[in-house]
Formats: sequence, C-alpha cells, structure tokens
Amino acid sequence: MDMKRAYYEDVELFKSGTILFWTISLMVGLLTIPLLASNYHLYLLNLIMVHIILAVGLNILVGSTGQISLGHAGFFAIGAYATVLLMTKLGLPFFPAIIIAAFISAFFGFILGLPALRLEGPYLTIATLAFGLAIMHIIGHTELFGGRSGLSAPPLDVGIPKLGWSLVLKSDISKYYLILFFTIVMVWGAINILKTKVGRAFVAIRDSDIAAEVIGINLTIYKTLSFAVSAFYAGIAGGLFAFVLGFFDPVTFNMLLSIYFLVMIVVGGLGSVMGSITGAAFITYLMYALFKNVREVPYVGDFLVTISQRWLSITGMDNLSAIALGLVMIGIMLFEPMGIFGAWIRIKKYWKTWPF
Amino acid sequence: MPVGQLIIEGLAMGACYGLFGLAVVIIYKTSEVVNFAAGEMAMFSTFIAFHVLTFYQCPFWLAFLIALVFAALLGVFIEFFFIRPAKNPTLLGLIVITLGAELLLMGLASWKWGAEQQAFSLPVSYKVTYEPIKGFIISEWAIAVFIIAAIIMTFLYLFFKYTKLGTAMRATQQNKHAAKIMGIQTDHVFVFAWAFSSVIGLIAALLLSAKAILDPQFMMEPFLRAFAAAVLGGLMSIPGVLIGGAILGLLENFLGYAWPVWKPITAFVVIVLVLCIRPSGIFAKHYVKKV
Repeated sequence: MDMKRAYYEDVELFKSGTILFWTISLMVGLLTIPLLASNYHLYLLNLIMVHIILAVGLNILVGSTGQISLGHAGFFAIGAYATVLLMTKLGLPFFPAIIIAAFISAFFGFILGLPALRLEGPYLTIATLAFGLAIMHIIGHTELFGGRSGLSAPPLDVGIPKLGWSLVLKSDISKYYLILFFTIVMVWGAINILKTKVGRAFVAIRDSDIAAEVIGINLTIYKTLSFAVSAFYAGIAGGLFAFVLGFFDPVTFNMLLSIYFLVMIVVGGLGSVMGSITGAAFITYLMYALFKNVREVPYVGDFLVTISQRWLSITGMDNLSAIALGLVMIGIMLFEPMGIFGAWIRIKKYWKTWPF
Repeated sequence: MPVGQLIIEGLAMGACYGLFGLAVVIIYKTSEVVNFAAGEMAMFSTFIAFHVLTFYQCPFWLAFLIALVFAALLGVFIEFFFIRPAKNPTLLGLIVITLGAELLLMGLASWKWGAEQQAFSLPVSYKVTYEPIKGFIISEWAIAVFIIAAIIMTFLYLFFKYTKLGTAMRATQQNKHAAKIMGIQTDHVFVFAWAFSSVIGLIAALLLSAKAILDPQFMMEPFLRAFAAAVLGGLMSIPGVLIGGAILGLLENFLGYAWPVWKPITAFVVIVLVLCIRPSGIFAKHYVKKV
C-alpha cells in the first residue's frame, strides 16, 4: 500500500505531508495543554510521558532486538537514585546529573547484556528478573541510597546553582515542559535509531541471530548495545520519574513494575515506537487514573462497591486495577497479538482498499 | 547455628522449591510454556483451602480434598480459556499471557482475602522437633516435606517412564505434530499437564504456607526460587529440578547464614553465574537451534 520508489524514502523522518502536518499539530496541542489542564491532569501527563520514554526504550530491546527483560524496574531505579544522589551529594546541576545517571544505567545494561549473549528464552528471563531483584535489594539495604525509608528528590533546579544562576522548577506546568522536551528528544532519537544500520542490525538479530551473524553483524556488540540503549532510556525516564513523584523508596521499583512496563509495550505493539507511546499512555491511564478512582465512576462504581460488600472485601477493591490489567494482557494476546498498533494497521489497510 | 541443622533446613526448603519447581517443569516439559502464574495459582488454591477450613469448619482432610479438586479445575480453566485460544503464540506472547493470569489471580485473591493477613495451620508444625542424631535437629514439618517430596518424585518418575499418558506427554514435548500423527490427542495432554501442575503447586504451597503468613503475595518469592531451581536443573528433567532445588536451598541457607542481609539475593546471583557457564542449566542436554 505504501509504495516506496527510492531507498531515501525509507529513512525519511516524515513519510508524507499529512504526517508532517499531524505531527506539528500534535506538538502545538501538547504545548498548549497546560493552559487548560488541572494540576492533577498535569501530574498524570507527566507520569505518562515518563512511561513513554521508558516504553520506547524497552521496545528497542524487546520488540526490535527480541531479548526479554523482566528487570527494567532496576534500570529505572538506577536512573532515579543516581540522578538524585548526583544532585544532592555531588551538587551537580540537573542536566549533567541526569545524563550521567543515564550513562550509569546504560553501563549496567551493558553488564546485563553480557550473560544475555549466551542465554535465551526462559533463561534470559530469570537472569533479568534476578537483576531487578538484586538492584531493589541492594538499594534497600545501603545507607547511601536511603535504605528502606527511601529518598526525596531535591528541588528541581535546571540552572547551575554553584554559579549563582539557578532556575527552580516548582509547578507541575514547568515540569511538564521539561519532561515534554525530554520525551520528544528521546522518541525522535528512537525513531532515528531504528532507521539506521544499528536499528536494522537489531531487527536482524530478532529474526534470526545465527543468520544475522552470517551476514556480518557482530552479535556481541549489537546485543550489548541494545541492552545499553534500552537501559539509557530507562535511566532518563527514572531520573524524571524521581522529580514527578518527589519521594520514592525501593518498593516503588518492585518486580510488578517491570511486568507493567512489559505490558505497556505488548499492549501498544511490539517493535513500533508509536505502539509503545499508545501502550504507555493507555496503561498508565488505567493504572493511575481510572482504577484509582473507580468508585466515582457512575453506576459501575456503585455496582462494584455493592459486590464488594456482599461477597468480597471492600478494602481489597483497589486491586481491581490488577484484575483489569491481567484481563487486558490476556485479551490483547488472544485477539490482537500485535497490540493496538497492529489493530491500527489493520484498520488502515481495510479503509485504503475498501470496497475490495 | 550448627552445620547439621543448616543442612537439614536447607534441604527441606530445597525440597519445597524443588516440588514447586516441578509444577513449572511439568508444563514446560509438555508445551514449552513458562508458567509465571504457577505461584498465584497455588496461592489461590491455598486460600480456597483456608477459606473452607475457617469459615465452614471442615476437617483438614476435606478442605485439602476440596482445594485439590479446585486446583485441578483452575489448571484446566487457564489452559482451556487462556492458553489454547492463542494463535501461533511466540515465547514472549505466552509469557505475557501467564503474567496476565498471575495479575488476574492476585487481584482476585486480594479483593477477597487481602484485607487482613491470615494464619494458616497445617497438621504438621515446624516447632515440634526431634533430634535423632546429635546436632541434627529435624522438625515435624521437615519430615513431612521429605516424605511428600519423595512420594511425588517417585510417582512422577514412574509415571513419565512407564505409563501411556506419561509417554504421550514426553512425545508431545519432543514434537507436537509427530505426536498428533501417532494418534496422541495433544489437547488432552496439555489440559492434563496443567491440572497436574496446579495440583503439585498446591501441595508445595501448603507446605510452604507453614513457614509464611498467608497473604496474596506469599507465593511470589517462593515461585521465583522454584523457577530458579527449575532453570538450574534445566527446565526439562525431573531429577534435575529436585537437585536444583536442593542446591538452591543449601546455598540460600549457608550464604544466608554468612551474610543474613543478602539472603534473598545470594542464590539468584549464583544462579546467574552458573547460567553464564552452562546456558541451559546443569542437567539439560543443550539443543543447538537450527536456522
């Protein structure tokens, strides 16, 4: 359906004028949202954007390179803790701190990528799981990292406080613009990575690593690179997450969070940047908005409360989000294995060739 | 703490992990699905036993039977409604489905029983102890664990080796299509494997619940350890998972005794190191994938 006449068209960022137009309108829309939204919605948007950065990175690893990771909460935690500690203990300004934190996270990704060279399938799953658990445990038992009681983020100062040039972002609106900037840069980066030699090497490894090696792709370099890039994204997301939340402890980064990250990209669509964005937005909305306040939903909320009182327990009602997420995961896998993005492609194809 | 007791405790925990790892291995052996929901399936069945026991004042054996039947039905249900309808699933797809089932069961259990932490009383307690040889203190619970594990292991070994169904399960694992051609109803084999795995998981969870407080997350850590034990044993062999469990239990107890703070993760670190040297576990024959 999309006819390509030259190779150059395959690497273009905007495939057509329509896409360029809609991208620009989306940007304008995103820039004007804070004027209309309430503080709570801005907080939600910030969370969504943080999760988008992470999901895009995770999708490079899982969707494009085909390596399973159940330890991404670990990289997320490294990003958050490293950013905050570099700012409070070493007094670095925000931008160098978050970049260095992301590189630390990428280094850990590289380390985790080394065993991944030999492991696959369930064995890789247990290795990444062990990594996530180990990070959570180490953070929880070291004084430097605040132990079990957690850390709180310092004021978000994007200037250079040591030179007396400081610019403290206090409101959710200013944080929104900062995170939006990071999100756009990171998403743009991911789209570009996937169009270069590196991205094509990742996809070749996913489809068949032996065949990829035969055509001259160095598996050692590209597999570890994939882990490192993915961890870099998680590090940036973690650093921003620290400031969205303001306070965090090791339990924030538990194993369930890694599972939720995986759900985001699976629901959105594996191997596509747009899929990770929709998946992250959808799942974050479900988790942090819809099911946190399910009691306020008209009719359904009352109905659920009645059921809870009659047969189940009213205090356990907060676990509805787990039930719903479980059902969403299973449903997506059974009925639309390519995720939301796959459904979108199908609908598009259907209308392009309609009435045939 | 004397060495003897560390060994016995470690072996008893290891036997539990091994037993629970069996639940993972049986499913993986027949259908190559890694069942991440195993822990929550066992947890849910344990809660059923607990519910019957406390609210209807049943005797323990009746509650146990009811939970057993429920566990089998739960396994059948999940296979039939969640795994079977998946169209040409990938490994990741199956992992996601079982993770979804895990979240679903955990959510349901916490909705029903999550409000307060429950104490669950088994007929065997780990507080009643004997000292047959000097320095080796063994609790009633550990004796029960050893006996039950031995019975189940022997049974499974004989089952897979000598019965028709066991042979059919092994054949299905090696080549599903060839098994179908030879007249094996692979669908029945899968359903049976899930029911079987769920029942074994329940038994392991009941044994483990003696040492833990019953709450909807009490099987998460043991599941990870059982999974690790199964991976260590190669995910395919039944003696392998038992030995993997024993190694894991001993490692955890000894390293945990040396560095109590790091007890929950030492075993995992060792396993990752082992996997780096033998990528498919200690007891697996490594099949090289064809292009």
